[in-house]
Amino acid sequence: MEEVPQGCPGTGSAQAGRGASCQGCPNQRLCASGAGAAPDPAIEEIKEKMKTVKHKILVLSGKGGVGKSTFSAHLAHGLAEDENTQVALLDIDICGPSIPKIMGLEGEQVHQSGSGWSPVFVEDNLGVMSVGFLLSSPDDAVIWRGPKKNGMIKQFLRDVDWGEVDYLIVDTPPGTSDEHLSAVQYLSAAHIDGAVIITTPQEVSLQDVRKEINFCHKVKLPIIGVVENMSVFICPKCKKETQIFPPTTGGAEVMCQDLKIPLLGKVPLDPHIGKSCDKGQSFLMDAPDSPATFAYRSIIQRIQEFCGHHPPKEEHFLSS
Amino acid sequence: MEAAVEPGNLAGVRHIILVLSGKGGVGKSTISTELALALRHAGKKEQSISLMSVGFLLESPDEAVVWRGPKKNALIKQFVADVAWGQLDYLVVDTPPGTSDEHMAAVEALRPYSPLGALVVTTPQAVSVGDVRRELTFCRKTGLQVVGVVENMSGFVCPHCAECTNVFSRGGGEVLASLAGVPFLGSVPLDPELTRSLEEGQDFIRDFPKSPAFPALFSIAQKVMSEAPARLS
Repeated sequence: MEEVPQGCPGTGSAQAGRGASCQGCPNQRLCASGAGAAPDPAIEEIKEKMKTVKHKILVLSGKGGVGKSTFSAHLAHGLAEDENTQVALLDIDICGPSIPKIMGLEGEQVHQSGSGWSPVFVEDNLGVMSVGFLLSSPDDAVIWRGPKKNGMIKQFLRDVDWGEVDYLIVDTPPGTSDEHLSAVQYLSAAHIDGAVIITTPQEVSLQDVRKEINFCHKVKLPIIGVVENMSVFICPKCKKETQIFPPTTGGAEVMCQDLKIPLLGKVPLDPHIGKSCDKGQSFLMDAPDSPATFAYRSIIQRIQEFCGHHPPKEEHFLSS
Repeated sequence: MEAAVEPGNLAGVRHIILVLSGKGGVGKSTISTELALALRHAGKKEQSISLMSVGFLLESPDEAVVWRGPKKNALIKQFVADVAWGQLDYLVVDTPPGTSDEHMAAVEALRPYSPLGALVVTTPQAVSVGDVRRELTFCRKTGLQVVGVVENMSGFVCPHCAECTNVFSRGGGEVLASLAGVPFLGSVPLDPELTRSLEEGQDFIRDFPKSPAFPALFSIAQKVMSEAPARLS
């Protein structure tokens, strides 16, 4: 993909191809002809591709490090425990692709077939795609500006042969920028069921999460609900509870009441979660009796209920 | 022939430190803030702290900044060139997670103003190290000198029974420092008082000298002060 000039007015702008900073840009002619303002053909192509995907869920946060990838991975694991449910997990965090490690798929490579890129399968019914699979070394840095990241996301949505899928979970990086806009834009014709928003209890997180909620409203993305992660720490020795991340402004509960958004659940901080992720194993299997596992399972059930009550508008499930 | 660089608004700044990670939520902003406070306390004279952030430009704290790369780059350039920073011993630059527009824009805008170095933050888990090692590659590729690695959220001491639990696994900081061949500056443990004081705008360094996080933060600041000039010159 070509580098974007510094003062690029944007391909959809009235100034596209005509501004002073457009001089010398390889796309100048294209923009000046109005091609940039036309809808991206990929949107229709992705709509077609997504006809075999029943439910699409975006996992968002405004804040980094609240457990989006951890949650996305365990949502996928939890749904896939029913072997009749086909689950797909797409990692669009281009700079920090954690999903391969958390799913125990480090070092795996992507294969191309006639019908597109093949996801990497954890189980027969759980396929994963991430830019991590396209990097040859764990030290490789993906130092890309926005437009190149967008191109990758487009390819992931258009060119991956997902097959018949019941749930496509999209894990995102923190923020409200290129990756999020692209995911929503490219899936705009394909109906996203909604977003699950992850936070931790402290105000520093909630502040970013409120911005994310605003983003969802701006782009008309339905919100399935909020998950409060790292809610409370239970000491493995004395079993007493401590709030490591104090909810100085009432935590997610008060925020959700204020904004009238469902609180899907609170997940306590269990040190085994981090360990399972580091080992690439499902925490739900590693620690089936942990209070965190019960919390996850309850949240997953609520998400399934939401998707069940809000079926996609078009019912075209093509058989292969 | 290269044109002479206009020193402009950063002419009075002696050291610039970028606080980076690859990973979100490891505590870059926390460490940036605490480093600024600790440097101030460790310094020989009473110094003030100046602060600039896009947060100050928003009309409401809930306002979302939904910008693509080029617009973000432009703002970062403005922060560097158009803010009257004055005389500063240290400019600490807090960054978002990743290796993208903001990071490239920051390095490009700040590069003319040496010495410029990076402090890299991780948590102990392997998932963190997995992302942060890519950030170290970014530093290498952009010619950014790494002052050292800080491991944050390094263990939690239960206030009830004093048992220390490795909430976010262990070992990541030292692994990362050895992978990159850079100094390991220290581990900062989890302290709910630190989180609370940040949210309430308190001076943690002044108010909580007995906190388990305090010795670590102070030591890191001292190492930055003593080692940064040598590493960055």
